[in-house]
Amino acid sequence: MRFLDEYRDREAVLKLAGAIRAKATRPWTIMEICGGQTHSIMRFGLDRLLPDDVRLVHGPGCPVCVTPLAVIDQAVAIAAEEGVIFCTFGDMLRVPGSGGDLYQVKAEGGDVRIVYSPLDAVELAKANPEREVVFFAIGFETTAPANAMAVYRAKREGVTNFSVVASHVLVPPAIEALLSAPDNQVQAFLAAGHVCTVMGIDEYPPLAERYRVPIVVTGFEPVDLLAGVLAAVTQLEEGRHEAENCYARSVKAEGNVHAREMLREVFTVVPQAWRGLGEIAKSGLALAPAYQAHDAVQRFAHLFEDHVPAPEDPACISGQIMRGVAKPDDCPEFGRRCTPQRPIGAPMVSNEGACAAYFRYRGPVEEQLNP
Amino acid sequence: MNLACPIPIEDYPVVTLAHGGGGRLMRQLVGKLFATAFDNEWLREQHDGAVLPGPDMPGALPVLTTDSFVVWPRWFPGGDIGELAVCGTVNDLAMCGAVPRHLTCSFVIEEGLAIEELWRVVQSMARTAAAAGVEIVTGDTKVVDRGKADGLFINTAGLGWVEPGREARPARIEPGDVILVSGDVGRHGIAVLGARGELGIETSVMSDCQPLNAQTRGLIEAGIDVHCLRDATRGGLASALVELCQTRGVDLSIDETLVPVHPEVAGASELLGLDPLYIANEGRFLAIVPREQADEALAILHRIAPDDGAAICGHVGPTSTRPRVHCMGFTGVERILDLLSGEQLPRIC
Repeated sequence: MRFLDEYRDREAVLKLAGAIRAKATRPWTIMEICGGQTHSIMRFGLDRLLPDDVRLVHGPGCPVCVTPLAVIDQAVAIAAEEGVIFCTFGDMLRVPGSGGDLYQVKAEGGDVRIVYSPLDAVELAKANPEREVVFFAIGFETTAPANAMAVYRAKREGVTNFSVVASHVLVPPAIEALLSAPDNQVQAFLAAGHVCTVMGIDEYPPLAERYRVPIVVTGFEPVDLLAGVLAAVTQLEEGRHEAENCYARSVKAEGNVHAREMLREVFTVVPQAWRGLGEIAKSGLALAPAYQAHDAVQRFAHLFEDHVPAPEDPACISGQIMRGVAKPDDCPEFGRRCTPQRPIGAPMVSNEGACAAYFRYRGPVEEQLNP
Repeated sequence: MNLACPIPIEDYPVVTLAHGGGGRLMRQLVGKLFATAFDNEWLREQHDGAVLPGPDMPGALPVLTTDSFVVWPRWFPGGDIGELAVCGTVNDLAMCGAVPRHLTCSFVIEEGLAIEELWRVVQSMARTAAAAGVEIVTGDTKVVDRGKADGLFINTAGLGWVEPGREARPARIEPGDVILVSGDVGRHGIAVLGARGELGIETSVMSDCQPLNAQTRGLIEAGIDVHCLRDATRGGLASALVELCQTRGVDLSIDETLVPVHPEVAGASELLGLDPLYIANEGRFLAIVPREQADEALAILHRIAPDDGAAICGHVGPTSTRPRVHCMGFTGVERILDLLSGEQLPRIC
């Protein structure tokens, strides 16, 4: 796995940081969209290599963080149902719903299993025809194609006992929603490289043009991220606002054609609620009519007909954090009432959440204030 | 050693509830399997316990520990549940600075486990005990209904001896001490994950599972004033450091670039979103020694375990009321190492 070394090269990182310092003459606020990028920035301390005036804020690109509480509650209710095998990616287990989390369901006897691919869940359904196998299909454009493939295959192979709780979100509409907010402070975006690997970059030039912001497609390694920041700062300093691909080793302009076809086949674009941000038009994927037989939420609708999710903790400022208006350590509850052990908001739960990244790599805030 | 299973397979190919019932079958299991594999004077006595000799080091203090093993799968590249059950307890004694001597061994067996597999586990335990220089002197067997245990759980307890003044413990950590890691980290966790076959990745990474007492006693007997030892098992190197820093109330600083990680472990970790510093080991430890003896300690570890790749990776900072582990990364920026919330890899030991 030598490929990593090149993008974690100390000299290359320091050189890029120097170039950014040389280029930046004014304060700039740049948002990285993806939680994976936030994680990388914090782990490698990349924000601390930047000049004080170049501020990185952290976008809504953590799928666990933006999955609405109501959807978590649906998942928890289905998972607790007798006869159900509930399959999920591991990081959804600890996300608290209104009542409890999937870990709790598992401890109380629910058959909750971690899978690494949604196709494993389809295989499980085939092997257990007398059970209902439900997969928790969440995530961005990156995970949606594999989830679409699972549903597609289940339909084609007549695996009727397989269904999904789908809560997929799309990046470009979220960028647009952030940019059109009256309190927007973001002046440039680092778009998530993996999303563009699937979707290509043709959605970005119109956004960059309309809102006059640079959008730089960026990877996840330290060298990638700083190259993305340098490209964004360069555009800002030069008064340009273009969609620029700084992750060409992975991203082709047209994306992954097969994956996009699979998405078009299985899903349809719908308005979607984002936890912390509210509903955003055309920002979600729901099963297309031909595939709704595999919709677990319809299949188990009787479990949560009158369910009202618990209100969010009013102290949580995750919405402001994901809009780039505040940083995790601006939150009065950060590291005090809200910790990874007892999260009051979703960004503290997931590994990719901005608050969890701050806590994990920098520690509770009071220790930062009083070293 | 007799490699063929001493219980003829036509008798009972699998463990049944009757094997735990105290009757003839249980006697056969204990007598032919366990006593044959672990053979020693105490087991030959067929008594309820083992009456052991005192220390062969004058004035030595007894050190006692116990551990249970539920690893899944039971067989993984570079080790198995039996080897782990001996190493885990031997290593806990070794981390106290002790010479491990005697082990107990309790099996909780789910009915239906193949006798042949049990025999292989027992042989592996015997081999590992011999390598570590310990005897398994007493034990117990329980058989539970199908579905009440996952195949086989093993508990071992261990007794060892340490000379007064040579015990390694967190309280002896001093500001200025140097931190050594005994080899590359993260192998065990990746090997077990790979063996589960759930990841869709194949690695040739072998578990680092091994007894560590030769290394720890090698340091002590060469005159290194070892202040503290800690095996970096569940939670990996990072969690071991965090525990030590909090127990002793000192800041610890490590340089991530000095911690050896096998390229395949690094690659697999990256794909899986894991941090090698947090991945379990079963044959790696931290040694905290006085600065002036650090180079000598490193040379000793290199001599005893030349393939492990021990390295000096950090130092002990000042005492603190809010002790932290500081980790310098390759960019020259520091991050904090903290305990992970929840578990990243279940049932790895």
